Amino acid sequence: MASHYEAPIRKPLVVGDKGYHDVTVDIAAPVEGRANKHWWIVFSIALVAFLWGLGCIIYTVSTGIGTWGLNKSVNWAWDITNFVWWVGIGHAGTLISAVLLLFRQKWRMAINRSAEAMTIFSVVQAGLFPIIHMGRPWLAYWVLPIPNQFGSLWVNFNSPLLWDVFAISTYLSVSLVFWWTGLLPDFAMIRDRAVLPFQKKIYSLLSFGWSGRAKDWQRFEEVSLVLAGLATPLVLSVHTIVSFDFATSVIPGWHTTIFPPYFVAGAIFSGFAMVNTLLIIMRKVCNLEAYITVQHIELMNIVIMLTGSIVGCAYITELFMAWYSGVEYEQYAFLNRATGPYWWAYWSMMTCNVFSPQFMWFKKLRTSIMFSFFISIVVNIGMWFERFVIIVTSLHRDYLPSSWTMFSPTFVDIGIFIGTIGFFFVLFLLYSRTFPVIAQAEVKSILKSSGERYKKLRDAGQPLYQISSERPVVKEEVSDNAVVEEVKPIKDGAGVDELLSSIGTFDAAKESPDDLKQVKGIGPQMEATLNEIGIYTFAQVARMTKKEYDLLDSITGSFPGRAQRDDWAGQAKVLNNKK
Amino acid sequence: MASKVIQAFYNDDDVLMHAVKKVKAAKHHIEEVYCPFPVHGLDKAMGLAPTRIAITSFLYGCVGLTVAVVMMNYIMIEDWPQDIGGKPSFSYLENMPAFVPIMFELTVFFAAHLMVITFYLRSRLWPFKKAENPDVRTTDDHFLMEIEIHDNEQELKDLLADTGAVEINISEKNSH
Repeated sequence: MASHYEAPIRKPLVVGDKGYHDVTVDIAAPVEGRANKHWWIVFSIALVAFLWGLGCIIYTVSTGIGTWGLNKSVNWAWDITNFVWWVGIGHAGTLISAVLLLFRQKWRMAINRSAEAMTIFSVVQAGLFPIIHMGRPWLAYWVLPIPNQFGSLWVNFNSPLLWDVFAISTYLSVSLVFWWTGLLPDFAMIRDRAVLPFQKKIYSLLSFGWSGRAKDWQRFEEVSLVLAGLATPLVLSVHTIVSFDFATSVIPGWHTTIFPPYFVAGAIFSGFAMVNTLLIIMRKVCNLEAYITVQHIELMNIVIMLTGSIVGCAYITELFMAWYSGVEYEQYAFLNRATGPYWWAYWSMMTCNVFSPQFMWFKKLRTSIMFSFFISIVVNIGMWFERFVIIVTSLHRDYLPSSWTMFSPTFVDIGIFIGTIGFFFVLFLLYSRTFPVIAQAEVKSILKSSGERYKKLRDAGQPLYQISSERPVVKEEVSDNAVVEEVKPIKDGAGVDELLSSIGTFDAAKESPDDLKQVKGIGPQMEATLNEIGIYTFAQVARMTKKEYDLLDSITGSFPGRAQRDDWAGQAKVLNNKK
Repeated sequence: MASKVIQAFYNDDDVLMHAVKKVKAAKHHIEEVYCPFPVHGLDKAMGLAPTRIAITSFLYGCVGLTVAVVMMNYIMIEDWPQDIGGKPSFSYLENMPAFVPIMFELTVFFAAHLMVITFYLRSRLWPFKKAENPDVRTTDDHFLMEIEIHDNEQELKDLLADTGAVEINISEKNSH
C-alpha cells in the first residue's frame, strides 16, 4: 500500500527481523517475566530514599517550615528550586507525544509511553513542594475557588501562584488521560496474553474492556490527535505560568520578559535529558534495544543540543539586558551571580547547560550511548543549578544590604529532595514492570513503513505481503451441541515419526489430552495441527528443543520460529506442573 | 437475539484491506473488524461514517471558556471587587488580561476531559467492562472480520476463503 512507503534514506526505527507477533512478545516480556536482582536492588535503594524523604516531610509538617534553611531574605530556596526542576522534567513527555505527533515524527512511538510516565511521576513530585511549603497541607483545598468561611472573599485570580494551581492540575490530569487512553490497547494485549487468572483480571480492569473495533480505532486516532493539539499549547502554557511566578515580581533577575520562552526551552532541555537517562537504562534492562535504537538516542541528543543552545542564548540575553537597561539593581544582580559568593553555582550552571550539550555537534559523541548517558546526568544537574541560581542568588542580596545573607540547606531540605527522587524512581520502576513500556499498537502500525524487516523486503523488490491461495480451515462453533471432530492422528511424513520418537507418543487409553491453547502462541488452528501430528499433552510439548521446533516447522510450514520465540516448551512445563 | 456470524482471520493488514474491499464490492455488510492496531483507511473502506468526536471537543472547549468567563466575572468583579496594586476590579474587560491564563486552562481542561469521557462512553470503555473481541489473537497479530450470515453461509465461506484468510470460524453470537 502506498501509505507504507517511506524514503529509503530513512533508517529503520525498529531494527531486527521483527513482525507483528515479535513486537507483542518483546513488549510483553518485561511484564510477564520476573524482576531480576538488579531491579530489586535499585528498587530497594529508591524505596529507602523515599521513606527517608517521607520522614523529613512528616518532620517538616509536624514541626514547621523552620526546620528548613530559609531565612527572612531567602524565603524561597530548595523547595521552589525542586518544584521548578521537577515541573521542567515533566515537560518532555507531553512534548514527545503531543508535539512530535503533530509533526508526524514516527520515532516518538518507541519513547512516548515512558516519557509520559516520567511526566506524570515528576509532576507528582513537583506538586508535593508547594503543598508541603503551605505548612498546613490539610488546608491545601484553600487554593480552590471557594469563598472563605467569613464571607465571600475568594482566592486571588490575579496571582500567578493561583494560575499555577490551575495550570499544573490541568496539565497533570490531561497528561494522565492522554497516557491512559494510549495504554488501553496495550493493556488489552497483555490481558489477552495473560495466563494467570489474577493477571487477567487486573489487566481486564486496566484495559477498560478495549476490544479494538474499527470504530474504536477511528475514534482513538481522532482523540489522540485532538488531545495532542490541546496538549501542545498546554505544555507551553504550564512553564510559561511557572515563570510568571518570578517574572511578575519586582526582584532584580526575576523581573524579565524573557522568562516564559527561556523557561519553556529549559524545561524541554531538562525533560529530554531525563528521558535519555531513563531510557538508556531501560532499553538495556528490558531488552528493548530493537525499539529504542541508537538513532532514537541521537535524535534526543539533537533536541538537547538545540534547546541547550536556546537556553545559552537566554543566559547571554539576560546579561546583555542587565547591562543595556542601565538599571543598577539589575546589573548588580547579574554581577553578583557570576562573581559573588554563589559564583560556583552560576558557573556550574553555565558549564553543564551551555557548554556540555555542544559536544553533541559531533556525530561520534551523540551516537555514543555511554557519552549520552553522561551528558544527560550533567544536564540534569545543570538545570537544577539554574533554578537554584535564579532563586537564591536573586534573593540573598536584596535592596537592603543590611539584610544580605547566605542560604544553607538543612538535612530536612536535602532529605525531602532526595525523597522525591526516591519516590520518582519507585514509581518508575513499578511502572517498568507492570506497564507495556512501549506503545506497541502504534509501533505495529509503523512496522511496515519503518521496520527493518519490511525495509529489506522493499529494497529487495519483494512484496510486503502475499495473499495466500491456500484455503483456510473452516470451523463451526455453533452452540454447545457442536460435534467435536474425531481427529485422525499421525499424518504420514518423514519428520513426524522422528518428532514423536523424541517427545513421546500419546496413548489415548492412559492419558487425557490437555488444552494446548493455554500455551501462548498456540491457537485453535495450531492445536488442531499438533493433534493431527499426534501431540496432545503439555508433557509432550515440554520435551521439545530446538531440533524438535525445527522439525515441527518443517512439518507444519506455518509460523517458522514462532514456537521457539514463545518458548512453548518452557510454558508447557509450567502448565504441566500445575495440572 | 442470537445470530450466526462468520469470522475470517487475517494475519496481515494489507491482506485485510484487500479482503474488506472485496467483501464490500460483493455488497455484503461487514458487521465488525477487530484489529490489534489502527489500520489506516480501514474505516473508509468499511464505509464507516467519520467520527464527530473532534466537534464535541470544540463544543466542550467553548463550554469551558464560558465557565471561566462567568466564574472570573462573578468572583473577581461582581462578588468582591478588590483594588490590587492600584488596579481596581470594576470592569471585566479592563481586568481580562489577568484572567487569560485561567480562561485558557479551563478551555483545555473541559475540551480534553469531556472529549475523553465521551469517547469512553461511546466506545463502551470503562473499568470492569468485559472485552468483546471474539479471539485473543486480535490484540496480538491477527485481524478479524465479522459478517452476519443471512442464509448465505456457503456463499460467504467461498468468498472469504479466496481473500487470503488464515482461518474461518462460524459461530453463534448474542448481540448485546
